[in-house]
Amino acid sequence: MSDLLFFIEVSLAGLGSGALLSLTALAFVLIYKATRVINLAVGETLMMGGYFFFALAAGMSLPVWVAIPLAIAGGGLIGAIVERGIIRRMLGESPISVFMVTVGLGSVLVGLVEFIWGTDPRSLPDFMGSAPIFLGEVYVSRKIAISFVVAAVVIAIFLILFRYWRGGVALRATATDQAAAYSCGINVPGVFSLAWIIGCGTAAGAGMLLGQIGGIAPTMGAFGLSALVVVIVGGLDSVAGALIAGLFIGLVEAWTGTYLGGEYKLVFTFGILILMLMIRPYGLFGTTEIERL
Amino acid sequence: MRAPMKPASLEVAGLSLSFGGLKAINDVSFSVEPGSITALIGPNGAGKTSMFNCISGFYKPQRGAIRFDGEDVSRTHPPERARMGFARTFQNIALFRGMTVLDNIKLGRHAHMKTNIFQALAYFGTAAREEMELRAEVERDIIDFLEINHIRHMPVASLSYGLQKRVELARALAMRPRILLLDEPVAGMNREETEDMARFILDVKEEWGTTILMVEHDMGMVMDISDHVVVLNFGQVIASGLPHEVQENPQVVEAYLGSGDPAALMKRLAEEAA
Amino acid sequence: MRIATANETYLADEALLSTRTQWAWMGILALVLIAAPFVLNNYWLYLACLVAINVASATGLNILTGYTGLVSLGQGAFMAVGAYTVAWLEANVGTPFFVNLVAGGALAALVGVFVGIPSLRVKGLYLAIATIGASIILQFFFVNWSSVTGGSRGINVAPATFFGTQLTTYFQLYWLFVPIAALMVLGAANLFRTRVGRAFIAIRDRDISAEVLGIPLLRYKLLSFAISSFYAGVAGGMWAYFFRSVSPESFTIVESIFYLAAVIVGGMGSILGGVIGAAFMTLVPEILRFGVEIASPYVSNAATLLSPIRTVAFGGLIIAFLVLEPQGLAEIVQRIRRFFHLWPFKK
Repeated sequence: MSDLLFFIEVSLAGLGSGALLSLTALAFVLIYKATRVINLAVGETLMMGGYFFFALAAGMSLPVWVAIPLAIAGGGLIGAIVERGIIRRMLGESPISVFMVTVGLGSVLVGLVEFIWGTDPRSLPDFMGSAPIFLGEVYVSRKIAISFVVAAVVIAIFLILFRYWRGGVALRATATDQAAAYSCGINVPGVFSLAWIIGCGTAAGAGMLLGQIGGIAPTMGAFGLSALVVVIVGGLDSVAGALIAGLFIGLVEAWTGTYLGGEYKLVFTFGILILMLMIRPYGLFGTTEIERL
Repeated sequence: MRAPMKPASLEVAGLSLSFGGLKAINDVSFSVEPGSITALIGPNGAGKTSMFNCISGFYKPQRGAIRFDGEDVSRTHPPERARMGFARTFQNIALFRGMTVLDNIKLGRHAHMKTNIFQALAYFGTAAREEMELRAEVERDIIDFLEINHIRHMPVASLSYGLQKRVELARALAMRPRILLLDEPVAGMNREETEDMARFILDVKEEWGTTILMVEHDMGMVMDISDHVVVLNFGQVIASGLPHEVQENPQVVEAYLGSGDPAALMKRLAEEAA
Repeated sequence: MRIATANETYLADEALLSTRTQWAWMGILALVLIAAPFVLNNYWLYLACLVAINVASATGLNILTGYTGLVSLGQGAFMAVGAYTVAWLEANVGTPFFVNLVAGGALAALVGVFVGIPSLRVKGLYLAIATIGASIILQFFFVNWSSVTGGSRGINVAPATFFGTQLTTYFQLYWLFVPIAALMVLGAANLFRTRVGRAFIAIRDRDISAEVLGIPLLRYKLLSFAISSFYAGVAGGMWAYFFRSVSPESFTIVESIFYLAAVIVGGMGSILGGVIGAAFMTLVPEILRFGVEIASPYVSNAATLLSPIRTVAFGGLIIAFLVLEPQGLAEIVQRIRRFFHLWPFKK
């Protein structure tokens, strides 16, 4: 019985970190949907969110409820600067070049963080409390539970916005056909900027949640790699895919990490990634691209 | 002139291709005589390019056979067909933009060459010999023949549309074609360029003896140079025969003009043929 | 000003160096390379060896990514395969270094073909991501297959021996690495004078029409992976003889990004580009170090800032070249050449 209890606890923790993966994957999906760019710097933007919060709440001693929105805005600002300053200038270049630009961007962000805050890991000012939560007999870490709820709420808001908000509809239209959207009077460059701002802001938010759980370090951008697996499994342009695959990968990581050992986590998730690429390259819910002569 | 490859015959029998529920080609049969020029015509969306893609192996038809000199090739992959002697050009020019004209042409010979990776790394010896033989042959038989001497070292991206089409023909000729598939060889060309291309196609037929199957919208040129015309509409053959027979076929007229005035089309065709 | 080049044979027309100026430059380069070890101090010889290793690996990646259009973020992992092979053979078999290097290359090529299999289904970004996945899985083996790789501590490598002489100084290793790298660059240049190289470029430019023109796509994509990782494997083997110890830390995803960056900065699809890109990216951190040394009297913790500055510069160079000079340093060289061809008639 206690084995089962333990399994449930592990699985709940997995779902918790899975929700964070979903949230981060959402940043990938938003940006990819609108601009067809795989932003490999999402992980580093997430890291920046954590450090922004650290600087504001610990460095400048601002109240948490001021620091959180400011840190998210900081992530959005990175998105805006990158989109206007770099990505827009590369319109029409091969997707690979743009991808590599985001790889370079990731390197720049890591370097900046190391330059300003050094390489040592740090812990964030706590705003969630640490008293554990019990669901019946099952123990859940309070921070993971709160993160799960926050991630779930944010994703739900996104789903609603996509469907009903003008900007969300514009984004879907742009994703389907840029030229047609443009000729329907949709401000396509505006949609591009918006997607980058919201996407990077989301990543920064996820960074704060992640930092609450495990602290922040210049290496935490690696979380972006797991989120990358999520978007490939779910489908690069599918919000629902990010959601489901995020929870799935979260569970897989929790199970392998607990029962096989931490070193097996990445092997398993990336094994799934390669398998997925071989079987369904466009993911569970992604749009298949057709090639023509 | 080089020793010509033996021209091949082509027979398409009961070919059907569908994408999901859409029937692009529906039970099409026709044949191409060795050494002849056969034109495949029809309104937009009639299935001509799909037919070409089946013949060169890019699409796999669900039913039917494609016989090359009597042998069914419909199960083979595109590279194998290239080695057998299928050579084609593309509707939207498919030259390799990162290469010069000369390299594009040489690429056509790929399937018939033998240099392996180790010989290629060493270059001197086998690879160099094979490359030099190819170069000499390409210069003599193709570059001079198609009058593209002046552009051989230029990157293809810098060429005019008409010249690019000619380089595509050159590349197809380098493939040692036994059947040449030309997908809209004069589309988008002006009258002068069209006449040049028509002359080259006729020259290929006469001097190389190659079998030619082409898709073309320019009726004037089709009527001028084809020996045989096959008309497709909605994925089916609606007529075939000598150019003038097809021209007078009422079904063909209707396919092109809907239920419009046949006399008007006849007049236009006659003008273009003149 | 050059008016025209008149070559009398096709062989001369297709030679790697077709003009007298090019031969002169190549002669000067050869002389410099031969004279260098007698002039340079140990530190510069160390850098020269490192450049040679990186040139070999970057040239390999250029064949795959620059010429075949298959983006790989696995070059570091392939180098690791070569390095571990050499280390293992030195420790357990004791075969001559030349055999070890070739074996390292061959094993890396085998792994490369395996990693290239997803290119059957996916290309472009998806393939790049698959190679990231493959390197992470390889990394797992390096850490956990301790009986062969020495686990996270890694293994030490005995020096290469040449007729009983141990090659330990940078001066000796220079004479080993530079000729090998030069041969590998020559091989790569030769490749693109033959049908194999043309097939690669065709796959890069338009793979589906390449297939209709007679190029078996999968075979050539895997061949490109094999050659590229062979180059990486040999480079990794040289790396093992150079640093004399191999551990999982030696080849992370950062190394893979480094080689891709070298190819981008140098110029994708240009042999010259791969060479100068690798040299440039190897030397930039040293130049930065020089700058930091100058600044150190004025900035209190200058030394600890060197690594972050390098990381920023590394990413910044990738971005700057992709945005401003996508053809890389090779294009800048070409521009200078064109200027002198027309000089003095055009400014």
